[in-house]
Amino acid sequence: MRYEAVIGLEVHAQLLTKTKIFCTCSTAFGAPPNTNTCPVCLGFPGALPVLNREAAIMASKAALALGCKLNPVSIFARKNYFYPDLPKGYQISQFDRPLAEHGSITIGSNGSSKQVRIKRVHMEEDAGKSIHDGFADSSRYSYIDLNRSGTPLIEIVSEPDLHSPDETHDYLTRMKVILEYLEVCDGNMEEGSLRCDANVSVRLAGESKLGIKTELKNLNSFRFLKNALEYEISRQIQVLEEGGAVVQETRLWNTAEHRTVSMRSKEEAHDYRYFPEPDLPPLVIDNAWESEIRASMPELPDAKRARFISQYGLPEYDASVLTTSRALADFFEETVSLCQSAKAASNWIMGDLLRDLKEFNRTIGESPVRPRAIADLIRLIESGEISGKMGKDVFEAMFRERKSPQEVIAERGLKQITDLGTLERIIREIVAANAKTYEQYKSGKKAALGFFVGQVMKATQGQANPQLVNELLRKILDA
Amino acid sequence: MIIGPKEVEYVGKLAQLAITEDEKQLFIGQLNSILEFVEQLNRLDTSNVEPTAHVVLAADQSAALRPDEPIMTFTQEQSLANGPETGAGHFKVPKVISDR
Repeated sequence: MRYEAVIGLEVHAQLLTKTKIFCTCSTAFGAPPNTNTCPVCLGFPGALPVLNREAAIMASKAALALGCKLNPVSIFARKNYFYPDLPKGYQISQFDRPLAEHGSITIGSNGSSKQVRIKRVHMEEDAGKSIHDGFADSSRYSYIDLNRSGTPLIEIVSEPDLHSPDETHDYLTRMKVILEYLEVCDGNMEEGSLRCDANVSVRLAGESKLGIKTELKNLNSFRFLKNALEYEISRQIQVLEEGGAVVQETRLWNTAEHRTVSMRSKEEAHDYRYFPEPDLPPLVIDNAWESEIRASMPELPDAKRARFISQYGLPEYDASVLTTSRALADFFEETVSLCQSAKAASNWIMGDLLRDLKEFNRTIGESPVRPRAIADLIRLIESGEISGKMGKDVFEAMFRERKSPQEVIAERGLKQITDLGTLERIIREIVAANAKTYEQYKSGKKAALGFFVGQVMKATQGQANPQLVNELLRKILDA
Repeated sequence: MIIGPKEVEYVGKLAQLAITEDEKQLFIGQLNSILEFVEQLNRLDTSNVEPTAHVVLAADQSAALRPDEPIMTFTQEQSLANGPETGAGHFKVPKVISDR
């Protein structure tokens, strides 16, 4: 590879507080336009902001979970720019003394993991929403809804440590999972509660100086992020290969045309004229408060994954999948506590359950099969009452009909045939009926065994104990 | 730093103000005299002074923070009452972008 891509991400995450960052208006989604508003978030002259304590706590939790150091004193600043959905004419943000700095996220898997450094985490307020289409006079007017104005955000800025779309995807996924574990952000990119911009440049492999970067916006899904990065990296390489120079600019991902498009630069006269916000005192987080915040944090994904491996003896892959959400991890642990078979629980949950949930587009919380039912199913198989193969069908019925495994087994008269006499009689009948295959087996074609196993399972409608069938077949055929 | 016509035009553009030639001359004089006045502060040696972001550094944070409890303040009508143009529950502003 002649070129190396260098990527840094700026992620904005909406915090799940009940009220806005500087006023008492509700942050509830879906309210009629301009109803969650007050003099503060409408930017009335003289209205004064007061910081939401919970927003400070959630932001601090996120910063600590991302390995950052909290600044004991952080300062709010005004970022000035003109846009109709920013009623004050400035956004309250943080500038030269952010909430927290110097964190990291570990990406990759054990074999090849690496640290992506996080430069800073700061707090700020969201702007309102501009609606440019959909009204009769949309050709002449933009419509403004200020319900979102003042919603608390954290901005998480990485160092340019990412070198491919896959690494970037991994980094953002892990960040999303951490925020979800902390219950400080719902992580929904499509609805805009998690948003990301990417700074992208390319340079010759081995070069230490950074190339000229572009800033990509409108990356509102994981897929768009990956597609946009892939496109932009190859676009920049092509520009350089043709002897040109990359222009520093902001580019939008155009989903329909599947390419990044330059934003016209006339809107780009940005000089934010930051200065300390005189209406807010600095945020002071002393050691006692930081300890209190730390104590209220749940076990985080990396720690949980490591514990699943050591405590339950799970393979790394299983532990990774099961810890992708707190709800899924809790579901797994509840199942294990009821059946004591960690690997079996992992297999049923990762395999059949997740597949069915995906097929029916349900979350783990909406699963019709609960941990108790999976634990019972595992015990019925372990005790030999039904075979593993029958278990698969029982599970399907449990999922589709919301029934316990015992109910499904009773209703369908499923019972594993373990009686040696019965099995032997069935096997002898089948061998007699397939004399030709029997001859082939005797003349050395051992693969014919599989045929006989299939015939026996067919004859017993899958209820024969497969292990016994194998043993008996060998005994009879080799006799 | 000395303010010239270019600086006044630039700040005027950021502030969305149309400035006449006469006003430009007036503002050049006024802005320079403000800067000269503030420039006097640079004579002080502040190398050992912590930057002050705010004169009130609240020791008691409870006084500076608010509980996360929603209070409804404005109805939609009240919210929009000062809007020069409104419609369908929204503020209406001249089209912000042209190519959509």
